[in-house]
Amino acid sequence: MLTILFDGIAYGMVLFVLACGLSVTMGLMNFVNLAHGAFAMLGGYITVILMQRLGVPFLLTLPLAFIGVALVGVVLERVLYRPMYGKNHLDQVMFTIGIVFMAVAGADYLMGSSQQIIKLPAWLQGRFNIGGVGIGKYRLFVLVVCGILAFSLQWGFTKTRFGSRLRASVDDARVARGLGIPVNRLFALTFALGSGLAGLGGALGIELMGLDPSFPLKFMIYFLVVVTVGGTSTITGPFFAAMLLGVADVAGKYFVPEIGAFIIYVLMVILLIVRPDGLFARGRA
Amino acid sequence: MSTLEDRVRASLLASRRWHGAEIAFWLLALAVFWLFPRNLLLLNEIAILALFALSLDLILGFAGIVSLGHAAFLGLGAYAAGLLAKHGIGDPLVGLAFAMIVSGLAGLLASPLIVKGNDLTRLMVTLGVALILHEIANSWGSLTGGADGLQGIAINPVLGLFSFDLFGKTAYLYSLSVLFVLFLVARRMMNSPFGLSLRAIRDNSLRAAASGVPPSQRLALIYTIAASYAGAAGALIAQTSQFVSLDVLDFHRSADVMLVLIIGGPGYLYGGMIGAIVFKFLQDTISAFTPQYWMFWIGLFLVLFVLRGRTLIHGGVKLIMSRLPARVRGKRS
Amino acid sequence: MSAVLQTNALVKTFGGIMATDRIDFTLEKGARHALIGPNGAGKTTFVNLLTGVLQPTSGTVVLNGEDITQLSRESRVKRGMARTFQINQLFSTMTPLAMIALVASERLGYGVRAFSRLDHDRRVIEETAAILAQFRLEDIMDNSIASLPYGKQRQVEIAAAFAAQPSVLLLDEPAAGVPEAERRELLNIVGSLPSDVSVLLIEHDMDIIFRFATRITVLVNGRVLADGDPTIIARDPAVRAAYLGEASHA
Repeated sequence: MLTILFDGIAYGMVLFVLACGLSVTMGLMNFVNLAHGAFAMLGGYITVILMQRLGVPFLLTLPLAFIGVALVGVVLERVLYRPMYGKNHLDQVMFTIGIVFMAVAGADYLMGSSQQIIKLPAWLQGRFNIGGVGIGKYRLFVLVVCGILAFSLQWGFTKTRFGSRLRASVDDARVARGLGIPVNRLFALTFALGSGLAGLGGALGIELMGLDPSFPLKFMIYFLVVVTVGGTSTITGPFFAAMLLGVADVAGKYFVPEIGAFIIYVLMVILLIVRPDGLFARGRA
Repeated sequence: MSTLEDRVRASLLASRRWHGAEIAFWLLALAVFWLFPRNLLLLNEIAILALFALSLDLILGFAGIVSLGHAAFLGLGAYAAGLLAKHGIGDPLVGLAFAMIVSGLAGLLASPLIVKGNDLTRLMVTLGVALILHEIANSWGSLTGGADGLQGIAINPVLGLFSFDLFGKTAYLYSLSVLFVLFLVARRMMNSPFGLSLRAIRDNSLRAAASGVPPSQRLALIYTIAASYAGAAGALIAQTSQFVSLDVLDFHRSADVMLVLIIGGPGYLYGGMIGAIVFKFLQDTISAFTPQYWMFWIGLFLVLFVLRGRTLIHGGVKLIMSRLPARVRGKRS
Repeated sequence: MSAVLQTNALVKTFGGIMATDRIDFTLEKGARHALIGPNGAGKTTFVNLLTGVLQPTSGTVVLNGEDITQLSRESRVKRGMARTFQINQLFSTMTPLAMIALVASERLGYGVRAFSRLDHDRRVIEETAAILAQFRLEDIMDNSIASLPYGKQRQVEIAAAFAAQPSVLLLDEPAAGVPEAERRELLNIVGSLPSDVSVLLIEHDMDIIFRFATRITVLVNGRVLADGDPTIIARDPAVRAAYLGEASHA
């Protein structure tokens, strides 16, 4: 029982790292980026390639996945995304689905359609017991890494100058511009950070979620749930939404495997009925 | 004063009057039956896709509802019509009506989540509903045939007279007739007070509410109607191919139909039809030389289209439409 | 005189901030009532509470003797309260004619008729034609709203509100942003609204206020600072300090 909870939290942590970049971009520029999963997939493949073809140790591939995807994010933001900010949501949706399709087909072409498997270092394999609770070592590792990330993000978002400028811009970009905050540069940075985190999440998630070319499509709904339910104005909102989703998904698939796949949708519907403005929405009209 | 009233009446009438280009379009659609007798199966697919896109146009083009999962209603209609025929009721028109009712009810059920939400919630809900149905169809194999698809569908002749043939003769005329009738209904609706109120909500929901339009009620109504239209398109798929596979619920269907509508332009009813022709032509050409990576090209097309191409293609479409009076339809630019 | 619109101890708080603080307000039948106050005084919040865009934290709104506090925006329109917006909110893809016809058909309860034809309905046509004539929009009725000059758009905005046949009309800065050349025609239109319609004018411009208003309510920091005859308000030292003084700087 507690093992399930633990696995669910680890899963939710990865979801959070994957999706938090998306929630900030949505909040900041009101930009619907359905291609966020493509960045995550890229991170996953970077790790796979580095490990399988170049023999780079797993731990070292993680920061490389982050940096690699962040760089790609910066370039794409400059070249492709920026002209899209002014457009309506429909255009943004079409545009980013286009990117997803290209990424899916491209990954298929380059990497093949099969599931990718990586060999984790020995010290991350297996599980151990604490008081009857089986704890997977890798899951613990993920939990610690993502936990640290979540805390630093929360700290960065609330305590640093970058964070306060970011929050001001999310609240009202026009006013923030008026105050002399370089919203565009801030957004480019945030976009890079968010993409990088997606890449890192993708790399961490290979073992938990699998990795194949359909990844961006398969997890699109998860990201959307995290962002919609968690809201786009805080870090804690998406965090708890991701936890809830992770635990519900893992528990659902474990206890009622026949309908486990539906659990997250049922959850989504209930949450939407109870809290139509999101789980942690502020009292806005 | 009566002269002004006459002018007002004339303007209102002009906005719904049939234009020569429209009549020509439908005559041409009928004429291709004799012009391209070898391509009737493809033409049938175009007609069905056009109906599906018309359904999306009702919510996206006229009411501004973005959907990532319109295939939900297409698939539901396809399975509804297919299952009915499989279990002994093979009359196509009965199947069509049944599919429209089932999909319409599903649309009605989903509508409370759609009408309240913002674009983001709508994207999530529409995508989620389609995924749920896909998952149900996949795991309820005893009913739907699961991944193998629904087989053993036997469809009676249309009106007891015209049986479905291998060349798609009956299929095309049947699909085109259904498309035409549902188009007429949609055209009438969009030029009614109800249609006007939808455009009001799409243009400016703040003002719409301040003008006495209850947005939730109207959006729920059109969402239900559009869902039943998509169900009709699904029924046509099931009946003309006598087979239903999980593919009808797949995400790419929802994405394709959005592309179709965007190519043709939303909000004037013909966008879906023009888009369907262009899309099928593109698909045929591209998949002729790279069948495997069709998805890549469609993705590239989407990206380029949104970035640059829209003005290009719509320039052509506008050239044709410019013959219509400017006030005819509130076409979104 | 009788009250057509009344608020009782209307409170709206955002977080800890009181946007409106126990506002008691009365709009008399046929009044030309101006609501003034510096920026951030709570005017917009107050209008949003009246029209149902916002729900009050406490207090009630009464229209023609009926408590409408819980009603939706569109139901309030049906009960006779129409408004214009400070920034034009129009149906940009429509023509003035279509927009007026929409309001008329909604007023008549035709909105769910999916198969009827607007040009077959005598009442919609009559009402639309009457409004177009009254607001001098006949010549531009078939143009796209988006293509009209701002002053004309402003006229369409007021005409559309008036087409709902309101007993209470809220005009939110009707002349804001209108160039001088088009201003006179617009103000004539405001001035010639029929006297049985009660008008609440939210305004900054002192010329307009003293030209139209028969009564003024001054809102400062979410409270009613003063309420009464224009000449008395103009002489009130507190008002001068809080508002008129500031306006002269602007």
